[in-house]
Amino acid sequence: MGSDATASVTVESINPKVLKCEYAVRGEIVTHAQRLQQQLQTNPGSLPFDEIIYCNIGNPQSLGQQPITFFREVLALSDHPALLEKPETSVLFSSDSIARAKQILSSIPGKATGAYSHSQGIKGLRDAIAEGIAARDGFPANADDIFLTDGASPGVHNMMQLLLRSESDGILCPIPQYPLYSASIALHGGTLVPYYLDEATGWGLEISEVKKQLEDARSKGITVRALVVINPGNPTGQVLAEENQRQIVEFCKNEGLVLLADEVYQENIYVDDKKFNSFKKIARSMGYGEEDLPLVSYQSISKGYYGECGKRGGYMEVTGFSSSVREQIYKVASVNLCSNISGQILASLVMNPPKPGDASYESYVAERDGILKSLARRAKALEDALNSLEGVTCNKAEGAMYLFPQVRLPQKAIEAAKAAKKAPDAFYALSLLESTGVVVVPGSGFGQVPGTYHFRCTILPQEDKIPAIISRLTAFHEAFLNQYRD
Amino acid sequence: MAKPLDYESLNENVKKTAYAVRGELYLRASELQKEGKKIIFTNVGNPHALGQKPLTFPRQVVALCQAPFLLDDPNVGLLFPADAIARAKHYLQLTSGGLGAYSDSRGIPGVRKEVAEFIERRDGYPTDPELIFLTDGASKGVMQMLNAIIRNENDGILVPVPQYPLYSAAITLYGGSLVPYYLEEEANWSLDFNNIRQSIASARSKGITVRAMVIINPGNPTGQCLSEANIRELLRFCFLENLVLLADEVYQQNIYQDERPFISARKILFDMGPPLSKEVQLVSFHTVSKGYWGECGQRGGYFEMTNLSPKTVDEIYKVASISLSPNVPGQIFMGLMVNPPKPGDISYFKFEQESKAIMESLRKRAHIMTDGFNSCRNVVCNFTEGAMYSFPQIRLPARAIEVAKSAGKAPDVFYCLKLLEATGISTVPGSGFGQKEGVFHLRTTILPAEEDMPAIMESFKKFNDAFMEEYEDYRGYSRM
Repeated sequence: MGSDATASVTVESINPKVLKCEYAVRGEIVTHAQRLQQQLQTNPGSLPFDEIIYCNIGNPQSLGQQPITFFREVLALSDHPALLEKPETSVLFSSDSIARAKQILSSIPGKATGAYSHSQGIKGLRDAIAEGIAARDGFPANADDIFLTDGASPGVHNMMQLLLRSESDGILCPIPQYPLYSASIALHGGTLVPYYLDEATGWGLEISEVKKQLEDARSKGITVRALVVINPGNPTGQVLAEENQRQIVEFCKNEGLVLLADEVYQENIYVDDKKFNSFKKIARSMGYGEEDLPLVSYQSISKGYYGECGKRGGYMEVTGFSSSVREQIYKVASVNLCSNISGQILASLVMNPPKPGDASYESYVAERDGILKSLARRAKALEDALNSLEGVTCNKAEGAMYLFPQVRLPQKAIEAAKAAKKAPDAFYALSLLESTGVVVVPGSGFGQVPGTYHFRCTILPQEDKIPAIISRLTAFHEAFLNQYRD
Repeated sequence: MAKPLDYESLNENVKKTAYAVRGELYLRASELQKEGKKIIFTNVGNPHALGQKPLTFPRQVVALCQAPFLLDDPNVGLLFPADAIARAKHYLQLTSGGLGAYSDSRGIPGVRKEVAEFIERRDGYPTDPELIFLTDGASKGVMQMLNAIIRNENDGILVPVPQYPLYSAAITLYGGSLVPYYLEEEANWSLDFNNIRQSIASARSKGITVRAMVIINPGNPTGQCLSEANIRELLRFCFLENLVLLADEVYQQNIYQDERPFISARKILFDMGPPLSKEVQLVSFHTVSKGYWGECGQRGGYFEMTNLSPKTVDEIYKVASISLSPNVPGQIFMGLMVNPPKPGDISYFKFEQESKAIMESLRKRAHIMTDGFNSCRNVVCNFTEGAMYSFPQIRLPARAIEVAKSAGKAPDVFYCLKLLEATGISTVPGSGFGQKEGVFHLRTTILPAEEDMPAIMESFKKFNDAFMEEYEDYRGYSRM
């Protein structure tokens, strides 16, 4: 046939970086769960459970969380502005959602929500976001520093693409980490430089550990370009203390690193003694301005109390870069033209929600607080349940949406896993799935200290399902230990 | 200490990437707009930005999906027709928890099924929804495929010249090599297989492994609609040379002549039967941004894979999963586009009316613009058979070329900047798309409102004639 046998696209001839990258959150265990779900449909009663419960992914609305009414009112009106001309609309929609939709539409050239916008996102929406950032931090923010993206993830890819020239370029990432980072680094041909969070001290970030890993990487000829910090942590759930954040800022400044601050869980805080502080706020309060620290701060509409994952909205706030670098960031963003408008609008609502006095304020607060309090209760219930299991320790979820318990597996189980050609925690997670229908992600998908095993479970199933999940999990764990007891 | 990220230490591939559609001309136009000048943006295929109205039915459906509490309200029938209400319920049921939940990374299975059914109706051949991936706009799909194919700078991708610069940008970003093949302007931008064979041979002699061939049909910026014979020859060529065919068919609904209707590459591939239909690897792209929908801001698109191995499809799925899922409203727009109101539906009449009006107007504007350009003595413009653009060739006098060069600008950039400053018409110079050496073009869209078109063409002609006056020498016509 062809003149060049290697030309056609086969698994042997595709980009090796594609082959190398991995993303466990929607990996093997999820595919298996989907097969079991099919089986339940075609052959009900054939499995020891009635339904699959997906605790593998931070996807709140897929597990019954309701969207914030005000946000959806504004979006519906923005999507179909003809509604604003009808008298019936004021009966069906709140007055402030109507006002906000009108304001948003007037900030869009021609009120055309179906048009490609400016490649950084609609200016008026970026203004609203900048105001929201300034109100949150007490330090000014600039609309021109904001790049609205289809979720926070494309913004992460953009920065990795800019920073990574070759395998000799490295990015410091926390271990455990959300595997977007490892996947993105692999896709863009760089090197992940791990720094270990300390499980014994609530997943503490020790600067001495980061420094050690940095120096180690440099001694191997790696140019370390940036430090990724996820705060609140994913999968680990810790919220950094201010002092810690100051150390991190100082460290990046001294070592010449770009700080990539993943702050998508900033509105998911469940403990009273910790508060979210953006890295930008911390840096500015230390007296570091634009000139002093290159910082990219990521936010998303997928998390918080709004959980609008399917809309794909988010932004990166890019500060401390020269104009020639920013032009390059803009240029790469422009190749994709713009992010989806609905997501852009939502991002502006998230950063600028109803205020006291607004018609929707009270119902908005009730919805918001209802969700956040429920998340806090679920985090606690699951954490306590996991800690009650033999050989399982689970750090508190101070924030985010996950629990990341450590499971001490008996030697026999580890051997059974090896015989089945699976990582021990994947073997455990698979057994858990097959006994209970609960889908979690093995710790190996996030990284962990070698010889330790974890899994990540979300706190997202609805509250009324939690007791059943806990009892099934407890029964499974006991049975598993008994089966593999040394 | 040097800044951690300065221009020098950026990824070289990023620095080399160019995307003229939102490049120098657009940035200058935006500056002028800020200063208060009226700008007509014809740099990008963005219909709604130039006054085209969204179709009513899809907006009604998506608004209901955004705010499902409306569906429970007894008064909802006062604001929405029954079929929009039913359709919203249908799509909400297909999601895994409404618009706010990540869907399957390949897109909502029910919507992919609707896309498969559309493809089958269009082409007469069945297709597998599992091989259809929805994406945030067709561009993301193109980038994913090119990223999967390109291993290093020795991998080449055949790209038409002129081309839509997403291809050149993506190839540069991913570190591959662009292997150009020239479309024949004098033969209505048709394919010249001798030229294509020469290009591929030349690339191979330099050690390049040519992996894939891009075809844009209808063409962008060129607008030509390929004949069935052309597409057959193309498929045979890909079969012989072992190339993946990347068929950008996003303008398949934008056809302004009747001699060459749109036929998908896939249909022709299956018409040709085995061995080609079983061997030729094909990826076809489509979008909600173009056609008569023009819903650019929704970012809805898909790609369909034919004859890629299951393992390859798995790897592409894996990469899609890192981004979790395409945006759900965009997916619903795609479902609605491939499954629009049918005769008998309450909303059918209005939907048909709105669609027809847009299509008829686009056809008229294609003519107005082509004729307007051709009425200028130094301009030759092929008819816009399809897509949304006009790509006239502007013959520039030698002195204009000299002045441009001494100003450090490509001659067509120079011309387009002058055009912008004189008239507010923001175009993209032909150099942004590629063209033969010494031949200059600009790309404009046919999207300004029909009633504004005559004035715009007048304004262009006035500028062009003045430009020629200024730069032409008095010995008559400039070099043609």
